[in-house]
Amino acid sequence: MSSACRSAAAALLLAVALPGCEREARRFDRMPTPPDERAQADALGARPAGPPGRGMRERAAAGDYREDNAYLLSQGKMYYRWFNCVGCHAQGGGGSGPALSDASWAYGHSPGDIFTTIMDGRPNGMPSFRGRIPEEQAWEIAAYVRSLSGLAPGDAATNRGDVLSGGQPEYLREPLRPQDKPK
Amino acid sequence: MNSALDTAGPQAAAIGQLWWLMLWLCAAVFAAVMVFVGAAVWRRRRASVARTERRLGLAVGAGIVLSSLLLCGLLAASVMTDRTLSRLPLEGALQVRVIAHQWWWEVEYEDAQPARIFRTANELFVPVGRPVVVTLEADDVIHSFWVPSLHGKKDLIPGRTSTLEFRADQPGRYIGRCAEYCGLQHAFMAYDVVALAPDRYEQWAAHQRQPASDPQEATALRGRELFLTGSCMLCHAVQGTSAAGRHAPDLTHFATRAHIGAGRIANTREALAQWIEDPQRLKPGVNMPTHHLPADDLAALVAYLETLR
Repeated sequence: MSSACRSAAAALLLAVALPGCEREARRFDRMPTPPDERAQADALGARPAGPPGRGMRERAAAGDYREDNAYLLSQGKMYYRWFNCVGCHAQGGGGSGPALSDASWAYGHSPGDIFTTIMDGRPNGMPSFRGRIPEEQAWEIAAYVRSLSGLAPGDAATNRGDVLSGGQPEYLREPLRPQDKPK
Repeated sequence: MNSALDTAGPQAAAIGQLWWLMLWLCAAVFAAVMVFVGAAVWRRRRASVARTERRLGLAVGAGIVLSSLLLCGLLAASVMTDRTLSRLPLEGALQVRVIAHQWWWEVEYEDAQPARIFRTANELFVPVGRPVVVTLEADDVIHSFWVPSLHGKKDLIPGRTSTLEFRADQPGRYIGRCAEYCGLQHAFMAYDVVALAPDRYEQWAAHQRQPASDPQEATALRGRELFLTGSCMLCHAVQGTSAAGRHAPDLTHFATRAHIGAGRIANTREALAQWIEDPQRLKPGVNMPTHHLPADDLAALVAYLETLR
């Protein structure tokens, strides 16, 4: 192999490897958005959702929300279990609450919609976790919830669960075309 | 008291003896080898090759036999030590369950009566002279339980239960560490084993079984309100209140603990405020989130936690 060919191969390898850094990046120096700043839920470019969520515009503008980061998604998975989302939604298949691993979304599938659902609750069952689940963690849970129906990138979604759950692991799920129910 | 040679129990003493035996024996072998090497260098090459060959064969043979004997001796000594470790008499042993989390230790003191079971974190109190049976479990990844002054290491493996028995013969505070790399904050996963005289231990345990007392002062009362209506209670428990989370240390008698964050920082008022506000700065990656609290709310929470004696 010529030296030019070799350096080209090395450069290609580097270029392929570089995006991987972001996948694993962990940032612990973020301060969450101050809770007194309110903003609109549609700041993330989603269709207008219900009531406003806190600090969402700032988050979206800062580009802080991510679902292409393996660490944040796995944290989301952990908090999903810790904060007992499992109690009603099981491991995504649903129970007394609706399934999260299918294509149907009663209150929107955008990260902002899911965040609002967690923070403000929804009629007929979904309680509000405002003041309970910190915003940082609610965003991580929202990202994980999206990964349940394959909406998060497969190279960042979680693969190995600590509990029994049916079906494919999140990273292998085919993205389902989300069907939002009309308002 | 962090050295494996500074022993406080029969098992650590047995391990210590084995360590010294190995050290002296290996030192003697090393010295002997050096002497022979020196002699070989000093002596000149002999004229008669046949004679040298024969003597060389003898020397090598003797070396092999002696080495094998010594190694067998060390093997026997180490097997005997292992047997001594497992032969600790366990009558009337204290039963404790230790569950390792990323990155802290949950300690549950077992009892035949469920109401007498209590939980603490990052501190294991034991009575002097009474054997302790520790049941080891892990919540997330592999950790390892190691108190050098009392016993050797034992791994805690998710999905498996193992036990470790030890006895502390002298009162004192012994440092324990996680001895298996378990993630970002492995270095700050310390705990203390505190050996107390039996009557003082019973006193301590009786106090730990009590639920948290009601705060008297207005600030502390407001702190409790914040604790119970905010996010703290999703993960933490305080017995005697509605907070019953099991994902983070039980805080019922938090103010009696020496450290915050599994040995990260001494438990003082200022450190506690720093910890609640931004645990990520003190211990990056810890599962406790950063809180953006108004100063008076933070002061109230600290005041409440300080009443949890």
